[in-house]
Amino acid sequence: MKEIGQYFIFLGNLFTNRESFRTYYKLTLDECMNIGVGSLWLFMLVSLFVGAVDTVQTAFNMLNSPFIPHYVISQVVREMLVLELCPTIMSLIYAGKVGGSIAGGLGTMRITEQIDALEVMGINSISYLALPKIIASSLMYPLLVIFSLVCGMIGGYLVGIVTNIVAPGEFIQGLRSEFNPFTITFALIKAFTFGFLISSISCFKGYYTQGGALEVGISSTKAVTISVIAVLVADYLLAQLLLGR
Amino acid sequence: MISIEHISKSFADRDILKDVSGVFEKGKPNLIIGASGTGKSVLLKCIVGLAKPDTGTVFFDGRDFTNGDVDMKTEVRREIGMLFQGGALFDSKNVEENVRFPLDILTKMKYEEKMERVNFCLKRVGLENANKKMTSELSGGMKKRVGIARAIVNNPNYLFCDEPNSGLDPQTSILIDELIQDISEDFDITTIVVTHDMNSVMGIGEKIMFIFKGQKIWEGTNRTITNSGVQEVDDFVFANKVMRTLRGK
Repeated sequence: MKEIGQYFIFLGNLFTNRESFRTYYKLTLDECMNIGVGSLWLFMLVSLFVGAVDTVQTAFNMLNSPFIPHYVISQVVREMLVLELCPTIMSLIYAGKVGGSIAGGLGTMRITEQIDALEVMGINSISYLALPKIIASSLMYPLLVIFSLVCGMIGGYLVGIVTNIVAPGEFIQGLRSEFNPFTITFALIKAFTFGFLISSISCFKGYYTQGGALEVGISSTKAVTISVIAVLVADYLLAQLLLGR
Repeated sequence: MISIEHISKSFADRDILKDVSGVFEKGKPNLIIGASGTGKSVLLKCIVGLAKPDTGTVFFDGRDFTNGDVDMKTEVRREIGMLFQGGALFDSKNVEENVRFPLDILTKMKYEEKMERVNFCLKRVGLENANKKMTSELSGGMKKRVGIARAIVNNPNYLFCDEPNSGLDPQTSILIDELIQDISEDFDITTIVVTHDMNSVMGIGEKIMFIFKGQKIWEGTNRTITNSGVQEVDDFVFANKVMRTLRGK
């Protein structure tokens, strides 16, 4: 409970005694490059395979029935990618890559007195170091999820065609069939929330690292673990709140 | 001038500092010395505000830094330069960017003016050709000198040095000490140096505060420290066999 309180105080400190807008603008752009562009390759790779595997597994479950048309395969793949796989499962990978890196970076800055150096200069180190990362992550993760959706569907399409599971026209028909635009809004709301949770928890754990190199590793591990738990809890709450009947 | 009054600090049930008071004068290095684990660095942290003392007050030229509001603390901190034990240079920036950093954040100077100031400070610490080097390419002594350049780039009124000689060879240590002394005199700033290096004590110790088990037990200069008449100070000063031999003579 004490740590949760400390986390909210940490969040409050993000907005007190800030530096100029120009300082944050440049830092945020740098972080967007690191977090967003730096994750593109990994997201593309994972999403292509997730889409491909989804298509094969959905086909395996459905093609036994003569009453189910083939385009339903891509319809199911679309719903799985949009509602859960791209925003949530990719966030677990994102927590490992970006969250671990944020916590490790801040932890190292803490133990090498770089954070103390900022404080002594009269700079609010929490705001200076964490705010750009949190803003960048909250903005970039939804974009990464959109990119991941596109890659996932391309992966599914390619595998569907190459393995003759579904015809190109049927796959496209399935993607368009009974499409509810709110699912995209829902996915983006989740993505924004997860981007914020992962970055803020990782910043928090990294910032308060104490000790040496070993503790930096422990902080990174804790950051990833707590982020993943927070994401799963938030995932359920958002689903219940926005989709529950 | 910095004055501290009745500073006490404890962690858990361990008293680290007990009722430490003193005055640190302008224009010369003020040394806080003592054996390892006596609370020197904690005292320094209490003075610069990185740790809050349990009791007591720190005054920067009469301004109550301990109990002041956030704006006042920020104002005082922007007059502080600090050299950390490991340099505390930002890994992601090169030498020039590290030294320019306080100017980028705290001033509205033009780029050319900032670079002029950065180059002046780098020249002052003897690193005029190291602008583009990354911190990972620097030796221990160079890191300390870059740290000093960064500490003085914003024309501070107060300079703090935490173990400036740790990990350095004797010759480089003397260079760093002389640099700190020259800067304190040239810019007429209040400098506090935490050290347990006897070469520094004898070289630049124009004002020395001796801390033992969290208490100030002696105050003096490098000329009086060998005749302090305090057993703990003698044990510290004459710990070295050479010093003991010299005393015998």
